[in-house]
Amino acid sequence: MKEIHDFTIVCRRQLGDQYFSLVLQHQGTMPAVCPGQFVEVLVDDCREVMLRRPISVHDVDAEKNTLSLLVQIVGKGTRRLATLQCGDKLNLVYPLGHGFSTNIASDSRVLMVGGGAGIAPLLYLSKVLSSKHIRPTILLGGRTASLIPVRSEFEPYGSVGIATDDGSMGYRGIVTQHPDFGKEYDIIYSCGPTPMMKAVAKSAAQRGIRCEVSLENMMACGLGACLCCVTDTDEGHKCVCKEGPVFDISVMKKWYE
Amino acid sequence: MLNVKVHNLNLKNPVMTASGTFGYGEEFSDFIDLERLGAFIVKGTTGTHREGNPYPRMVETPSGMLNAVGLQNGGVEKFCSTVYPRIQHLDTNIIVNVSGSSIDEYCTVAEQVNELDRVPAIELNISCPNVKKGGMGFGTDPAMASQVVTAVRKVYHKTLIVKLTPNVTSIAEIAKAVEGAGADSVSLINTLLGAAIDVEHRRPYLSTITGGLSGPAVKPVAVRMVWQVAHAVKIPVIGLGGIMSASDALEFMMAGATAVQVGTANFIDPSVTMKIIDGMEEYCHRHGIKDINEIIGIV
Repeated sequence: MKEIHDFTIVCRRQLGDQYFSLVLQHQGTMPAVCPGQFVEVLVDDCREVMLRRPISVHDVDAEKNTLSLLVQIVGKGTRRLATLQCGDKLNLVYPLGHGFSTNIASDSRVLMVGGGAGIAPLLYLSKVLSSKHIRPTILLGGRTASLIPVRSEFEPYGSVGIATDDGSMGYRGIVTQHPDFGKEYDIIYSCGPTPMMKAVAKSAAQRGIRCEVSLENMMACGLGACLCCVTDTDEGHKCVCKEGPVFDISVMKKWYE
Repeated sequence: MLNVKVHNLNLKNPVMTASGTFGYGEEFSDFIDLERLGAFIVKGTTGTHREGNPYPRMVETPSGMLNAVGLQNGGVEKFCSTVYPRIQHLDTNIIVNVSGSSIDEYCTVAEQVNELDRVPAIELNISCPNVKKGGMGFGTDPAMASQVVTAVRKVYHKTLIVKLTPNVTSIAEIAKAVEGAGADSVSLINTLLGAAIDVEHRRPYLSTITGGLSGPAVKPVAVRMVWQVAHAVKIPVIGLGGIMSASDALEFMMAGATAVQVGTANFIDPSVTMKIIDGMEEYCHRHGIKDINEIIGIV
Protein backbone atom coordinates (compact mmCIF):
# COMPACT_ATOMS: atom_id res chain seq x y z
CA MET A 1 0.00 0.00 0.00
CA LYS A 2 1.36 3.40 -1.00
CA GLU A 3 1.00 6.35 1.31
CA ILE A 4 1.77 10.02 1.66
CA HIS A 5 3.48 10.88 4.94
CA ASP A 6 5.49 13.59 6.71
CA PHE A 7 8.75 12.05 7.94
CA THR A 8 11.08 13.72 10.42
CA ILE A 9 14.77 13.94 9.57
CA VAL A 10 16.64 12.30 12.47
CA CYS A 11 20.11 12.21 10.94
CA ARG A 12 21.88 14.08 8.18
CA ARG A 13 25.39 13.28 6.98
CA GLN A 14 27.41 15.14 4.37
CA LEU A 15 29.47 12.70 2.28
CA GLY A 16 32.00 14.74 0.36
CA ASP A 17 30.89 17.66 -1.82
CA GLN A 18 28.36 15.82 -3.94
CA TYR A 19 26.50 13.49 -1.63
CA PHE A 20 24.54 13.56 1.60
CA SER A 21 22.38 11.04 3.37
CA LEU A 22 19.18 11.51 5.33
CA VAL A 23 17.64 9.16 7.86
CA LEU A 24 13.89 9.77 8.03
CA GLN A 25 11.63 8.62 10.80
CA HIS A 26 8.00 7.64 10.36
CA GLN A 27 5.56 8.60 13.13
CA GLY A 28 3.47 5.48 12.75
CA THR A 29 4.10 2.16 11.06
CA MET A 30 5.72 2.11 7.66
CA PRO A 31 4.33 -0.04 4.89
CA ALA A 32 6.70 -2.75 3.61
CA VAL A 33 9.38 -1.37 1.28
CA CYS A 34 11.21 -3.61 -1.22
CA PRO A 35 14.81 -3.05 -2.31
CA GLY A 36 14.86 -1.03 -5.52
CA GLN A 37 11.67 0.85 -4.72
CA PHE A 38 11.78 4.63 -4.47
CA VAL A 39 10.12 7.60 -2.82
CA GLU A 40 8.86 10.86 -4.33
CA VAL A 41 10.09 13.74 -2.18
CA LEU A 42 8.30 17.06 -1.95
CA VAL A 43 10.80 19.89 -2.23
CA ASP A 44 9.25 22.63 -0.13
CA ASP A 45 9.88 26.35 -0.22
CA CYS A 46 11.70 26.28 -3.51
CA ARG A 47 10.25 28.63 -6.07
CA GLU A 48 11.77 26.85 -9.03
CA VAL A 49 10.84 23.30 -8.05
CA MET A 50 7.26 22.19 -8.37
CA LEU A 51 7.37 18.45 -9.05
CA ARG A 52 8.46 15.89 -6.49
CA ARG A 53 11.88 14.31 -6.87
CA PRO A 54 12.23 10.53 -7.16
CA ILE A 55 14.93 9.13 -4.87
CA SER A 56 15.68 5.46 -4.31
CA VAL A 57 15.51 3.91 -0.88
CA HIS A 58 19.03 3.42 0.47
CA ASP A 59 18.11 1.57 3.64
CA VAL A 60 15.17 0.65 5.82
CA ASP A 61 15.14 -0.09 9.53
CA ALA A 62 11.74 -1.61 10.27
CA GLU A 63 12.41 -1.68 14.04
CA LYS A 64 13.32 1.98 14.31
CA ASN A 65 10.71 2.89 11.69
CA THR A 66 13.30 4.72 9.62
CA LEU A 67 14.11 4.94 5.97
CA SER A 68 17.36 6.36 4.54
CA LEU A 69 18.07 8.21 1.36
CA LEU A 70 21.44 8.75 -0.27
CA VAL A 71 21.24 11.86 -2.41
CA GLN A 72 23.58 13.23 -5.03
CA ILE A 73 23.36 16.98 -5.52
CA VAL A 74 22.60 17.35 -9.22
CA GLY A 75 20.14 20.21 -9.62
CA LYS A 76 17.85 22.74 -8.01
CA GLY A 77 15.72 20.17 -6.18
CA THR A 78 18.55 18.20 -4.62
CA ARG A 79 20.43 21.43 -3.79
CA ARG A 80 17.42 22.56 -1.78
CA LEU A 81 17.11 19.15 -0.10
CA ALA A 82 20.77 19.42 0.90
CA THR A 83 19.93 22.40 3.13
CA LEU A 84 17.55 20.37 5.30
CA GLN A 85 18.59 19.70 8.87
CA CYS A 86 17.74 17.24 11.64
CA GLY A 87 14.27 17.92 12.97
CA ASP A 88 12.95 19.18 9.61
CA LYS A 89 10.02 17.43 8.02
CA LEU A 90 10.05 15.79 4.62
CA ASN A 91 6.88 14.75 2.82
CA LEU A 92 7.12 11.49 0.89
CA VAL A 93 4.86 9.55 -1.43
CA TYR A 94 6.07 5.95 -1.22
CA PRO A 95 6.88 3.08 -1.63
CA LEU A 96 6.83 3.35 -5.40
CA GLY A 97 7.76 1.15 -8.30
CA HIS A 98 8.78 -2.41 -8.89
CA GLY A 99 11.99 -3.35 -7.08
CA PHE A 100 14.69 -6.00 -7.42
CA SER A 101 13.76 -9.70 -7.28
CA THR A 102 14.86 -10.98 -3.90
CA ASN A 103 13.11 -14.30 -4.08
CA ILE A 104 16.19 -16.23 -5.23
CA ALA A 105 17.81 -19.46 -4.06
CA SER A 106 20.03 -19.09 -1.01
CA ASP A 107 22.97 -20.67 -2.84
CA SER A 108 22.76 -18.09 -5.66
CA ARG A 109 26.01 -16.47 -6.69
CA VAL A 110 25.12 -12.79 -6.76
CA LEU A 111 26.92 -9.82 -8.29
CA MET A 112 25.90 -6.22 -7.69
CA VAL A 113 27.31 -3.47 -9.87
CA GLY A 114 26.77 0.09 -8.75
CA GLY A 115 28.02 3.45 -9.90
CA GLY A 116 27.58 6.98 -8.55
CA ALA A 117 24.26 7.59 -6.85
CA GLY A 118 23.18 4.21 -8.24
CA ILE A 119 24.96 2.65 -5.29
CA ALA A 120 22.05 3.75 -3.09
CA PRO A 121 19.47 0.97 -3.59
CA LEU A 122 22.14 -1.74 -3.55
CA LEU A 123 22.76 -1.30 0.18
CA TYR A 124 19.22 -2.20 1.16
CA LEU A 125 19.27 -4.99 -1.43
CA SER A 126 22.45 -6.50 0.03
CA LYS A 127 20.96 -6.26 3.52
CA VAL A 128 17.81 -8.12 2.47
CA LEU A 129 19.86 -10.77 0.64
CA SER A 130 22.09 -11.17 3.66
CA SER A 131 19.02 -12.00 5.76
CA LYS A 132 18.59 -14.91 3.32
CA HIS A 133 22.24 -15.90 3.92
CA ILE A 134 23.34 -14.73 0.50
CA ARG A 135 26.70 -13.00 0.38
CA PRO A 136 27.03 -11.07 -2.87
CA THR A 137 30.05 -9.70 -4.65
CA ILE A 138 29.54 -5.93 -4.68
CA LEU A 139 31.40 -3.86 -7.25
CA LEU A 140 31.19 -0.11 -6.87
CA GLY A 141 32.56 2.25 -9.48
CA GLY A 142 33.21 5.97 -9.74
CA ARG A 143 35.51 8.54 -11.31
CA THR A 144 37.48 8.92 -8.10
CA ALA A 145 37.42 7.51 -4.54
CA SER A 146 35.56 10.47 -3.03
CA LEU A 147 32.71 9.87 -5.45
CA ILE A 148 32.03 6.43 -4.04
CA PRO A 149 30.18 7.30 -0.87
CA VAL A 150 29.29 4.90 1.91
CA ARG A 151 31.41 2.05 0.55
CA SER A 152 32.16 0.86 4.07
CA GLU A 153 28.45 0.38 4.78
CA PHE A 154 28.46 -2.50 2.31
CA GLU A 155 31.30 -4.45 3.93
CA PRO A 156 29.18 -6.41 6.44
CA TYR A 157 27.01 -7.79 3.65
CA GLY A 158 29.37 -8.97 0.94
CA SER A 159 32.73 -8.91 -0.71
CA VAL A 160 33.24 -5.33 -1.85
CA GLY A 161 35.37 -4.41 -4.87
CA ILE A 162 36.07 -0.86 -5.99
CA ALA A 163 36.96 0.51 -9.40
CA THR A 164 37.95 4.13 -9.99
CA ASP A 165 38.81 5.81 -13.26
CA ASP A 166 41.83 7.53 -11.69
CA GLY A 167 42.99 4.58 -9.60
CA SER A 168 42.59 6.55 -6.35
CA MET A 169 41.02 3.46 -4.84
CA GLY A 170 40.79 -0.20 -5.83
CA TYR A 171 41.07 -1.28 -9.42
CA ARG A 172 42.04 1.43 -11.92
CA GLY A 173 39.49 1.46 -14.72
CA ILE A 174 35.80 1.03 -15.21
CA VAL A 175 33.80 -1.29 -13.04
CA THR A 176 33.02 -3.76 -15.83
CA GLN A 177 36.79 -4.32 -16.22
CA HIS A 178 37.21 -5.24 -12.56
CA PRO A 179 38.64 -8.78 -12.28
CA ASP A 180 35.62 -9.96 -10.26
CA PHE A 181 33.16 -8.80 -12.91
CA GLY A 182 33.91 -11.69 -15.30
CA LYS A 183 33.46 -14.47 -12.71
CA GLU A 184 30.55 -16.91 -12.71
CA TYR A 185 27.25 -15.61 -11.32
CA ASP A 186 23.62 -16.67 -11.24
CA ILE A 187 22.24 -13.16 -11.12
CA ILE A 188 23.55 -9.63 -11.57
CA TYR A 189 21.84 -6.54 -10.17
CA SER A 190 22.92 -3.15 -11.43
CA CYS A 191 22.16 0.48 -10.78
CA GLY A 192 24.14 3.49 -11.93
CA PRO A 193 24.93 5.58 -15.00
CA THR A 194 23.19 4.34 -18.16
CA PRO A 195 26.39 3.49 -20.11
CA MET A 196 27.58 1.38 -17.17
CA MET A 197 24.28 -0.48 -16.88
CA LYS A 198 24.16 -1.08 -20.63
CA ALA A 199 27.67 -2.58 -20.52
CA VAL A 200 26.64 -4.78 -17.59
CA ALA A 201 23.46 -5.87 -19.41
CA LYS A 202 25.31 -6.69 -22.63
CA SER A 203 27.89 -8.77 -20.82
CA ALA A 204 25.25 -10.58 -18.77
CA ALA A 205 23.22 -11.33 -21.90
CA GLN A 206 26.29 -12.70 -23.68
CA ARG A 207 27.14 -14.90 -20.72
CA GLY A 208 23.54 -16.00 -20.26
CA ILE A 209 23.34 -14.58 -16.73
CA ARG A 210 20.02 -13.33 -15.37
CA CYS A 211 20.29 -9.57 -14.86
CA GLU A 212 18.21 -6.72 -13.48
CA VAL A 213 18.91 -3.03 -14.01
CA SER A 214 17.40 -0.05 -12.22
CA LEU A 215 16.63 2.88 -14.50
CA GLU A 216 16.33 6.55 -13.73
CA ASN A 217 14.18 8.69 -16.01
CA MET A 218 12.66 12.11 -15.51
CA MET A 219 9.37 11.65 -13.72
CA ALA A 220 6.28 13.58 -12.78
CA CYS A 221 3.68 11.54 -10.89
CA GLY A 222 5.67 8.44 -9.86
CA LEU A 223 2.43 6.44 -9.96
CA GLY A 224 2.14 5.38 -13.60
CA ALA A 225 -0.51 7.97 -14.38
CA CYS A 226 1.22 10.64 -16.44
CA LEU A 227 3.30 8.33 -18.69
CA CYS A 228 6.17 10.85 -18.77
CA CYS A 229 9.01 8.59 -17.62
CA VAL A 230 8.68 5.78 -20.16
CA THR A 231 11.56 3.70 -21.45
CA ASP A 232 11.46 1.88 -24.75
CA THR A 233 11.48 -1.85 -23.99
CA ASP A 234 11.09 -4.87 -26.29
CA GLU A 235 7.44 -4.86 -25.23
CA GLY A 236 6.89 -1.17 -26.03
CA HIS A 237 6.95 1.87 -23.77
CA LYS A 238 6.89 1.06 -20.08
CA CYS A 239 6.73 3.43 -17.13
CA VAL A 240 9.99 3.52 -15.21
CA CYS A 241 8.03 4.65 -12.14
CA LYS A 242 5.53 1.80 -12.10
CA GLU A 243 6.70 -1.12 -14.23
CA GLY A 244 10.28 -0.21 -13.24
CA PRO A 245 12.53 1.26 -12.04
CA VAL A 246 13.95 -2.28 -11.98
CA PHE A 247 13.66 -4.19 -15.26
CA ASP A 248 14.83 -7.67 -16.19
CA ILE A 249 17.13 -7.27 -19.19
CA SER A 250 15.27 -10.08 -20.99
CA VAL A 251 12.80 -7.38 -22.14
CA MET A 252 15.42 -4.65 -22.60
CA LYS A 253 17.38 -5.76 -25.71
CA LYS A 254 16.34 -2.64 -27.58
CA TRP A 255 17.61 -0.55 -24.69
CA TYR A 256 21.06 -2.07 -24.18
CA GLU A 257 21.96 -2.96 -27.75
CA MET B 1 -24.28 22.17 -1.06
CA LEU B 2 -21.60 21.33 -3.64
CA ASN B 3 -23.86 19.54 -6.14
CA VAL B 4 -23.69 20.85 -9.67
CA LYS B 5 -25.14 19.75 -12.97
CA VAL B 6 -23.30 19.61 -16.29
CA HIS B 7 -25.97 18.91 -18.90
CA ASN B 8 -27.41 15.55 -17.74
CA LEU B 9 -24.55 14.77 -15.40
CA ASN B 10 -25.22 15.13 -11.70
CA LEU B 11 -21.98 15.79 -9.89
CA LYS B 12 -21.60 15.35 -6.11
CA ASN B 13 -19.28 18.31 -6.28
CA PRO B 14 -17.63 20.32 -9.06
CA VAL B 15 -14.27 18.53 -8.79
CA MET B 16 -13.17 16.29 -11.66
CA THR B 17 -9.72 15.05 -12.57
CA ALA B 18 -8.18 16.04 -15.88
CA SER B 19 -7.50 13.48 -18.57
CA GLY B 20 -3.91 12.26 -18.80
CA THR B 21 -3.09 13.23 -15.24
CA PHE B 22 -5.07 10.58 -13.42
CA GLY B 23 -4.50 7.39 -15.41
CA TYR B 24 -7.58 5.23 -14.96
CA GLY B 25 -8.16 6.37 -11.39
CA GLU B 26 -6.75 3.15 -9.94
CA GLU B 27 -3.28 4.66 -9.63
CA PHE B 28 -4.69 7.01 -6.97
CA SER B 29 -6.88 4.60 -5.03
CA ASP B 30 -4.32 4.22 -2.20
CA PHE B 31 -4.51 7.97 -1.57
CA ILE B 32 -8.10 9.02 -2.12
CA ASP B 33 -11.67 7.78 -2.13
CA LEU B 34 -12.38 7.91 -5.86
CA GLU B 35 -16.11 7.93 -5.15
CA ARG B 36 -15.86 11.36 -3.52
CA LEU B 37 -14.93 12.90 -6.87
CA GLY B 38 -17.57 14.69 -8.90
CA ALA B 39 -16.18 12.81 -11.90
CA PHE B 40 -12.95 11.45 -13.20
CA ILE B 41 -11.80 11.58 -16.77
CA VAL B 42 -9.71 8.69 -17.94
CA LYS B 43 -6.65 8.91 -20.14
CA GLY B 44 -7.13 9.93 -23.80
CA THR B 45 -8.41 6.92 -25.72
CA THR B 46 -7.88 6.43 -29.45
CA GLY B 47 -9.17 3.96 -32.04
CA THR B 48 -6.07 1.80 -31.88
CA HIS B 49 -3.12 1.31 -29.55
CA ARG B 50 -0.60 4.18 -29.53
CA GLU B 51 2.98 4.11 -28.28
CA GLY B 52 3.15 7.89 -27.91
CA ASN B 53 6.25 10.00 -28.42
CA PRO B 54 9.83 8.95 -27.58
CA TYR B 55 11.41 9.84 -24.22
CA PRO B 56 12.12 12.55 -23.04
CA ARG B 57 8.50 13.60 -22.86
CA MET B 58 8.47 15.93 -19.89
CA VAL B 59 10.41 18.84 -18.48
CA GLU B 60 9.71 20.96 -15.46
CA THR B 61 9.46 24.70 -16.15
CA PRO B 62 8.85 27.63 -13.77
CA SER B 63 5.57 26.87 -11.92
CA GLY B 64 4.67 24.29 -14.51
CA MET B 65 5.73 21.49 -16.78
CA LEU B 66 5.82 20.71 -20.48
CA ASN B 67 4.71 17.29 -21.62
CA ALA B 68 4.75 15.56 -24.97
CA VAL B 69 3.33 12.15 -24.09
CA GLY B 70 1.46 11.95 -27.39
CA LEU B 71 -1.66 10.03 -26.35
CA GLN B 72 0.01 6.76 -25.38
CA ASN B 73 -2.85 4.33 -24.70
CA GLY B 74 -3.97 0.81 -25.43
CA GLY B 75 -6.83 1.77 -27.76
CA VAL B 76 -10.59 1.75 -27.23
CA GLU B 77 -11.07 -2.02 -27.44
CA LYS B 78 -8.54 -2.65 -24.74
CA PHE B 79 -10.13 0.05 -22.62
CA CYS B 80 -13.58 -1.52 -22.97
CA SER B 81 -12.41 -5.08 -22.38
CA THR B 82 -9.80 -4.71 -19.64
CA VAL B 83 -9.95 -1.29 -17.95
CA TYR B 84 -13.69 -0.61 -17.88
CA PRO B 85 -14.58 -3.86 -16.05
CA ARG B 86 -12.13 -2.90 -13.30
CA ILE B 87 -13.52 0.60 -12.71
CA GLN B 88 -17.19 0.39 -13.70
CA HIS B 89 -18.37 -0.34 -10.14
CA LEU B 90 -17.21 3.06 -8.89
CA ASP B 91 -20.00 5.32 -7.69
CA THR B 92 -18.89 8.45 -9.53
CA ASN B 93 -19.11 9.74 -13.10
CA ILE B 94 -16.53 8.01 -15.26
CA ILE B 95 -15.87 10.09 -18.36
CA VAL B 96 -13.76 8.88 -21.26
CA ASN B 97 -11.53 11.32 -23.08
CA VAL B 98 -11.90 10.49 -26.76
CA SER B 99 -9.01 11.32 -29.08
CA GLY B 100 -8.11 10.63 -32.67
CA SER B 101 -6.38 11.59 -35.90
CA SER B 102 -9.44 11.61 -38.15
CA ILE B 103 -13.17 12.19 -37.88
CA ASP B 104 -13.67 8.46 -38.47
CA GLU B 105 -11.41 7.59 -35.56
CA TYR B 106 -13.22 9.97 -33.19
CA CYS B 107 -16.54 8.44 -34.27
CA THR B 108 -15.33 4.85 -33.87
CA VAL B 109 -14.18 5.50 -30.32
CA ALA B 110 -17.30 7.48 -29.41
CA GLU B 111 -19.56 4.73 -30.78
CA GLN B 112 -17.86 2.05 -28.71
CA VAL B 113 -17.85 4.15 -25.56
CA ASN B 114 -21.54 4.91 -26.11
CA GLU B 115 -22.20 1.23 -25.33
CA LEU B 116 -20.67 1.43 -21.86
CA ASP B 117 -23.51 1.79 -19.34
CA ARG B 118 -21.37 3.25 -16.60
CA VAL B 119 -19.85 5.98 -18.76
CA PRO B 120 -22.40 8.81 -18.90
CA ALA B 121 -20.25 11.22 -20.92
CA ILE B 122 -17.26 11.63 -23.17
CA GLU B 123 -14.83 14.46 -23.43
CA LEU B 124 -13.92 14.95 -27.07
CA ASN B 125 -10.28 15.96 -27.23
CA ILE B 126 -9.86 18.23 -30.23
CA SER B 127 -6.98 19.96 -28.55
CA CYS B 128 -4.02 17.62 -27.97
CA PRO B 129 -0.90 19.52 -29.01
CA ASN B 130 1.30 16.40 -29.01
CA VAL B 131 0.12 14.38 -31.97
CA LYS B 132 1.22 15.05 -35.53
CA LYS B 133 -2.11 14.41 -37.22
CA GLY B 134 -5.48 15.56 -35.92
CA GLY B 135 -5.65 16.50 -32.27
CA MET B 136 -5.22 20.21 -31.96
CA GLY B 137 -5.69 20.62 -35.73
CA PHE B 138 -9.42 20.02 -35.21
CA GLY B 139 -9.63 22.49 -32.39
CA THR B 140 -7.97 25.51 -33.96
CA ASP B 141 -10.40 26.04 -36.81
CA PRO B 142 -14.12 26.70 -36.12
CA ALA B 143 -15.26 24.90 -39.28
CA MET B 144 -13.15 21.79 -38.57
CA ALA B 145 -14.23 21.79 -34.91
CA SER B 146 -17.86 21.99 -35.96
CA GLN B 147 -17.39 19.18 -38.48
CA VAL B 148 -15.91 16.72 -35.97
CA VAL B 149 -18.48 17.54 -33.29
CA THR B 150 -21.36 17.19 -35.77
CA ALA B 151 -20.06 13.76 -36.80
CA VAL B 152 -19.57 12.52 -33.24
CA ARG B 153 -22.94 13.95 -32.16
CA LYS B 154 -24.62 11.60 -34.67
CA VAL B 155 -23.12 8.47 -33.07
CA TYR B 156 -22.88 9.52 -29.44
CA HIS B 157 -26.12 9.91 -27.51
CA LYS B 158 -25.04 10.83 -23.99
CA THR B 159 -23.38 13.95 -22.59
CA LEU B 160 -20.83 15.28 -25.05
CA ILE B 161 -18.16 17.55 -23.62
CA VAL B 162 -15.66 19.10 -26.03
CA LYS B 163 -12.20 19.97 -24.75
CA LEU B 164 -10.80 23.15 -26.25
CA THR B 165 -7.29 24.27 -26.97
CA PRO B 166 -6.03 27.67 -25.82
CA ASN B 167 -3.71 27.86 -28.83
CA VAL B 168 -6.11 30.01 -30.84
CA THR B 169 -6.78 33.70 -31.35
CA SER B 170 -10.38 33.49 -30.18
CA ILE B 171 -11.39 30.56 -28.01
CA ALA B 172 -14.94 31.94 -27.73
CA GLU B 173 -15.37 31.54 -31.47
CA ILE B 174 -14.39 27.84 -31.31
CA ALA B 175 -16.68 27.35 -28.31
CA LYS B 176 -19.61 28.86 -30.20
CA ALA B 177 -18.86 26.62 -33.19
CA VAL B 178 -18.93 23.42 -31.13
CA GLU B 179 -22.04 24.56 -29.26
CA GLY B 180 -23.70 25.05 -32.61
CA ALA B 181 -22.65 21.57 -33.68
CA GLY B 182 -24.36 19.97 -30.69
CA ALA B 183 -21.84 19.90 -27.85
CA ASP B 184 -23.47 19.70 -24.40
CA SER B 185 -20.54 21.30 -22.59
CA VAL B 186 -17.03 22.58 -23.20
CA SER B 187 -13.95 22.02 -21.06
CA LEU B 188 -10.97 24.35 -21.21
CA ILE B 189 -8.10 24.81 -21.34
CA ASN B 190 -5.95 22.00 -22.71
CA THR B 191 -2.22 22.73 -22.49
CA LEU B 192 -0.53 25.76 -24.01
CA LEU B 193 2.01 24.94 -26.69
CA GLY B 194 5.52 25.65 -25.42
CA ALA B 195 9.18 24.69 -25.66
CA ALA B 196 12.24 24.65 -23.41
CA ILE B 197 15.90 24.37 -24.34
CA ASP B 198 18.83 22.95 -22.40
CA VAL B 199 21.47 25.57 -23.09
CA GLU B 200 24.36 23.54 -21.62
CA HIS B 201 23.76 20.73 -24.11
CA ARG B 202 22.34 23.03 -26.81
CA ARG B 203 19.29 20.87 -27.40
CA PRO B 204 15.57 20.88 -26.66
CA TYR B 205 14.45 19.10 -23.50
CA LEU B 206 11.66 17.27 -25.31
CA SER B 207 12.10 14.70 -28.08
CA THR B 208 9.37 16.53 -29.98
CA ILE B 209 10.89 20.00 -29.28
CA THR B 210 7.45 21.43 -28.45
CA GLY B 211 5.03 20.23 -25.80
CA GLY B 212 2.03 21.25 -23.76
CA LEU B 213 2.47 23.58 -20.78
CA SER B 214 0.40 22.90 -17.67
CA GLY B 215 0.51 23.80 -13.99
CA PRO B 216 0.02 27.04 -12.06
CA ALA B 217 1.89 28.97 -14.76
CA VAL B 218 -1.12 28.72 -17.09
CA LYS B 219 -3.84 29.51 -14.57
CA PRO B 220 -4.42 33.22 -15.31
CA VAL B 221 -4.65 32.45 -19.03
CA ALA B 222 -7.15 29.68 -18.29
CA VAL B 223 -9.29 31.84 -16.00
CA ARG B 224 -9.41 34.55 -18.65
CA MET B 225 -10.49 32.06 -21.33
CA VAL B 226 -13.14 30.47 -19.11
CA TRP B 227 -14.54 33.93 -18.45
CA GLN B 228 -14.62 34.73 -22.19
CA VAL B 229 -16.22 31.41 -23.15
CA ALA B 230 -18.78 31.53 -20.33
CA HIS B 231 -19.97 34.84 -21.75
CA ALA B 232 -20.11 33.48 -25.30
CA VAL B 233 -22.02 30.20 -24.91
CA LYS B 234 -25.11 28.92 -23.07
CA ILE B 235 -23.82 25.37 -22.43
CA PRO B 236 -21.99 24.68 -19.16
CA VAL B 237 -18.27 25.36 -19.06
CA ILE B 238 -15.76 23.13 -17.24
CA GLY B 239 -12.65 25.04 -16.21
CA LEU B 240 -9.13 23.72 -15.87
CA GLY B 241 -5.56 24.91 -16.01
CA GLY B 242 -3.22 25.04 -13.03
CA ILE B 243 -5.73 24.39 -10.25
CA MET B 244 -3.79 23.53 -7.10
CA SER B 245 -6.24 24.49 -4.34
CA ALA B 246 -9.89 25.13 -3.49
CA SER B 247 -9.36 28.83 -3.97
CA ASP B 248 -8.02 28.24 -7.49
CA ALA B 249 -11.07 26.10 -8.24
CA LEU B 250 -13.43 28.77 -6.91
CA GLU B 251 -11.69 31.33 -9.08
CA PHE B 252 -12.66 29.31 -12.17
CA MET B 253 -16.23 28.97 -10.93
CA MET B 254 -16.58 32.69 -10.36
CA ALA B 255 -15.25 33.19 -13.89
CA GLY B 256 -18.14 31.07 -15.15
CA ALA B 257 -17.19 27.40 -14.78
CA THR B 258 -19.89 25.01 -13.54
CA ALA B 259 -17.25 22.39 -12.72
CA VAL B 260 -13.49 22.18 -12.65
CA GLN B 261 -10.75 19.69 -13.46
CA VAL B 262 -7.59 19.13 -11.47
CA GLY B 263 -4.59 18.00 -13.50
CA THR B 264 -0.92 18.63 -12.80
CA ALA B 265 -1.62 19.08 -9.07
CA ASN B 266 -2.30 15.33 -8.85
CA PHE B 267 1.40 14.72 -9.54
CA ILE B 268 2.50 16.84 -6.62
CA ASP B 269 -0.10 15.71 -4.12
CA PRO B 270 -2.02 12.58 -5.07
CA SER B 271 -4.65 13.47 -2.46
CA VAL B 272 -5.11 17.08 -3.63
CA THR B 273 -8.63 16.52 -5.03
CA MET B 274 -9.95 15.61 -1.58
CA LYS B 275 -8.37 18.74 -0.10
CA ILE B 276 -9.99 20.84 -2.82
CA ILE B 277 -13.43 19.36 -2.11
CA ASP B 278 -12.94 19.92 1.65
CA GLY B 279 -11.71 23.45 0.98
CA MET B 280 -14.77 24.27 -1.12
CA GLU B 281 -17.07 23.05 1.65
CA GLU B 282 -15.18 25.10 4.17
CA TYR B 283 -15.42 28.17 1.93
CA CYS B 284 -19.18 27.74 1.61
CA HIS B 285 -19.55 27.51 5.39
CA ARG B 286 -17.36 30.53 5.94
CA HIS B 287 -19.27 32.64 3.41
CA GLY B 288 -22.73 31.38 4.26
CA ILE B 289 -23.21 29.85 0.81
CA LYS B 290 -25.97 27.23 0.76
CA ASP B 291 -25.54 26.23 -2.85
CA ILE B 292 -22.26 26.46 -4.76
CA ASN B 293 -24.24 27.32 -7.91
CA GLU B 294 -24.70 30.79 -6.38
CA ILE B 295 -21.13 31.72 -7.19
CA ILE B 296 -20.92 30.42 -10.76
CA GLY B 297 -20.13 33.28 -13.12
CA ILE B 298 -20.55 36.04 -10.58
CA VAL B 299 -17.65 37.94 -12.12
